[in-house]
Amino acid sequence: MLPEHIRSELRAIVGEKHCLDRQEALVAYSYDATPMQQSLPDVVVMPQSTEEVQQIMRVAAKHQIPIVTRGAGSNLCAGTIPVGGGIVLVLNRMNQIVEIDEQNLTITVQPGVRTADIHQAVEAHGLFYPPDPGSMVISTIGGNIALNSGGLRGLKYGTTKDYVLGLEAVLPNGEIIRTGGKLMKDVAGYDLTKLLVGSEGTLAIITQAILKLIPKPQTQRVMLAMYADMSQAARSVSDIIANRIIPGTLEFLDQGTIRVVEDFKQIGLPTDVAAILLIGQDGEAETVDRDIDKISAICKKNDAVQIKVATTPEEADEVMTARRSALAALSRMRPTTILEDATVPRAQIAPMVAAIQEITERYGLHICTFGHAGDGNLHPTCMTDARNHEEIERVEDAFAEIFQAAIDLGGTITGEHGVGIVKAPYLEWKVGAAGIEVMKGIKQAFDPHNLLNPGKMFAKETRNRVVVNRA
Amino acid sequence: MLKEALIDKLDYEELSNCMRCGFCQPACPTFRETGYEAASPRGRIALMKAVADGVMQPDQDFVDQMNLCLGCRACEPVCPAGVPYGQLIEQTREAIEEVQEHPTWVKAVRKLAFTHLFPRQDRLYRLGSMLRFYQRSGMQKAVRKLGVLRILPKQLGEMEAIMPDASGKGITQYLGATVIPAVGERKLRVGMFHGCIMDVLFNETNLNTVRLLTEAGCEVVIAQGQVCCGALHAHSGEREEARNLARKNVEAFSKAEVEVIVSNAGGCGALLKEYDHLLENDPQWHEKAKWFSSRVKDISELLVEMVEPDTWAALPESKRITYQSSCHLRNGMKVTKEPVNLLQSIPNATYVPLREGDRCCGSAGIYNLVQPEMAGNLLDEKMGHVAATQADILVTSNPGCLLQMKAGIKRAGLEGQMEAVHIVDLLAGVRRKNGTSSDLRA
Ligand SMILES: Cc1cc2nc3c(=O)[nH]c(=O)nc-3n(C[C@H](O)[C@H](O)[C@H](O)COP(=O)(O)OP(=O)(O)OC[C@H]3O[C@@H](n4cnc5c(N)ncnc54)[C@H](O)[C@@H]3O)c2cc1C
Ligand code: SF4
Ligand code: SF4
Repeated sequence: MLPEHIRSELRAIVGEKHCLDRQEALVAYSYDATPMQQSLPDVVVMPQSTEEVQQIMRVAAKHQIPIVTRGAGSNLCAGTIPVGGGIVLVLNRMNQIVEIDEQNLTITVQPGVRTADIHQAVEAHGLFYPPDPGSMVISTIGGNIALNSGGLRGLKYGTTKDYVLGLEAVLPNGEIIRTGGKLMKDVAGYDLTKLLVGSEGTLAIITQAILKLIPKPQTQRVMLAMYADMSQAARSVSDIIANRIIPGTLEFLDQGTIRVVEDFKQIGLPTDVAAILLIGQDGEAETVDRDIDKISAICKKNDAVQIKVATTPEEADEVMTARRSALAALSRMRPTTILEDATVPRAQIAPMVAAIQEITERYGLHICTFGHAGDGNLHPTCMTDARNHEEIERVEDAFAEIFQAAIDLGGTITGEHGVGIVKAPYLEWKVGAAGIEVMKGIKQAFDPHNLLNPGKMFAKETRNRVVVNRA
Repeated sequence: MLKEALIDKLDYEELSNCMRCGFCQPACPTFRETGYEAASPRGRIALMKAVADGVMQPDQDFVDQMNLCLGCRACEPVCPAGVPYGQLIEQTREAIEEVQEHPTWVKAVRKLAFTHLFPRQDRLYRLGSMLRFYQRSGMQKAVRKLGVLRILPKQLGEMEAIMPDASGKGITQYLGATVIPAVGERKLRVGMFHGCIMDVLFNETNLNTVRLLTEAGCEVVIAQGQVCCGALHAHSGEREEARNLARKNVEAFSKAEVEVIVSNAGGCGALLKEYDHLLENDPQWHEKAKWFSSRVKDISELLVEMVEPDTWAALPESKRITYQSSCHLRNGMKVTKEPVNLLQSIPNATYVPLREGDRCCGSAGIYNLVQPEMAGNLLDEKMGHVAATQADILVTSNPGCLLQMKAGIKRAGLEGQMEAVHIVDLLAGVRRKNGTSSDLRA
């Protein structure tokens, strides 16, 4: 519990209504979308401007109180769990679109703007902001930037990092920095913009962002290809790209997921196939048609047992249903759904899926895999029950092996969900001891007193398994 | 103790099914209005679970947060995990009611309303007669002139001002029959759910429902012994009383041997459709309740099925029509397209979609009386969108929403430019081209 005088300093900044410290509010900000993690903050503060953020940061610095910045709390790495208590800084009131600049093709936004609202706003101008995390209806751009979020269009268009041109941020000492700008070129010094992208709220609090926009693609088409064998699907992915076609979307469902989706939606998917690819292309109508034809031919050559190309918007919708319902279908099976994240070079998708299957069976668990085949980013998803502690132990062991397998195949422990608490024990596997030291040095330079999001990114000891916080 | 009551009532399995993904938040009116996590579906579920897990004691803030929920269930269709939020909030309210110490007068009013009034149709009719007397005798005029309404709480005053003409007779007394034959060939035997208040304040709508159904080829049975659906009870934490009512209705309609049970009020229909859940733990009634629930349909679903769209007659002059969807019809009964299809098939009517027409208007049972501030904000926002449609007619499909829309039109100064109408009354007004009309009031 913070002493009353500190709470009243905070209240003086944001007003009574936006400084919450009653039990019900603390509980409501004690979790995010990560399963089995929970910890109470001491106070929740909801500022409305950069100046308010700055003043709050100064109060925190003066009294050495930890601050956890929060967008929508939709992350899956326990990034917004206030493990050491302190302040949860909620930015959803800073939700203004400051400017859409059609000359420079940029949009300037406050951090609390929802990603889907950015899409809607720019598309009304015939423009396009490609990053589209599956959570975009709720996630905020601040959270997207802090986690460098990716989405279905990552293969062709890249991820959030490729669209952030400039940032305004409040440092732990209360200073404001502005990096980059409406510029496409800038090599003046270290690239602090890129450094803040993906920094998970551990270096600075992002209070404004300038994002790059591109023209909106003219048309869009989608298709499904089904395979009796995982490796044929994987070969199709490589062949499509080797043929110099970069699809807008290239998604993948494994057999387990297909069965569950079909059970849930009855859309006529064959449940004996090993894999389904959902492929989409956007751009000029002629190019799109040509690409879809070529892709169909490649899938056929790789022995796809069935190919379904959508010709009408209704059919397109039907085709998309399979991918869209994956999470819903899986999450209805058991009380606890653990949606994980591991990435391999795309040529290694087949061995990775095989490894996940082998590990799943060995541990006697129910893990299905779907994800972004185009960029090798897979989401092994475990259906379990948090109340069964013995099973949860096995789940954790199995995931440790899955992450190890990803690294062995030249991949990484997280492609888009971030490190936070849950991946912290594995970070060294990926970046090595020297890498960790450099990262810690950067943290020290920004935040010498470890006030911003403490306990995240760096585990006290590596290879220490995730400790489930059973509230 | 509230904690024990909650642990006893709450479905822990469903609480655990929530993944905390937050997908429900953009749909939630109270979250959009306040921006507080605790005032969102994800937050409320987390609070319920925190109590069940012993992480928090349910205090007054907890109760307030549960009461701030409209029960509109907009959070349900968008939830990937299929968490039945509506049931969880009803369980919570049941637990709160069980331990709640109300002031004596509130207790008296609740008892009067929930036990002695809503379940007793005869008393409602009598009350309707009194209201009718009040309205017809000139007393209403006098009261309005004297400005007595100004001393009532604002929301009550607003409600009085839009009260429709009450009736002392229900549909059965009016028609003098309980089975009304189909016009022409009989295609279906339909049981009509006449509602409690509906049958007093919206008697005309009930008559129109019978007209539309019989003309569509239904033999309409007004099952005797039917009572209030229990929705107001369930939403206010009186689930036991709701169960009693449910049993009576199930009994009445199974005796009537109908193929379909039709409702013309989204709020009632949604609960009727969920009687199987309500009576889940009652082995004696569960099977019968399933029979009942599987037969419930909204009038608009039935009309779309049974009436050729090009047979509706034209409006006398061309009008712009917009539609405010009732939450329980949409989120509870999952009826979304049918009312719009019907409106689009009326010649001379131009259907204009209402921006956020799928969002709660703030009426939500008695919510506008107990949470006037939130209800007022939601209504004002709603009327902004309504005004933007420049519609002549604002259609709804639930009596509570209809009253709220009428109040909204007054509040927004749109009187004279626009009227609010129940979809049944609008359709009955245009009827059908082929002239097979039934005059029921013979
Ligand atoms: C169903 C589901 C699907 C998902 N799909 C995807 C997907 O396809 N791709 C993907 O990449 N992710 C996905 N996610 C994960 C998550 O939604 C994203 O990472 C998203 O970017 C988080 O945004 P948020 O606003 O919720 O941030 P939060 O969860 O609130 O915060 C995330 C992190 O960012 C920090 N942070 C937030 N705002 C700021 C700021 N202004 N300044 C500094 N630090 C800040 C927080 O401290 C925290 O560490 C998914 C999650 C769910 C539940
Ligand atoms: S959408 Fe469903 S699962 Fe997600 S937070 Fe809301 S209730 Fe929980
Ligand atoms: S029922 Fe309506 S008000 Fe209540 S939590 Fe769900 S969306 Fe929000």
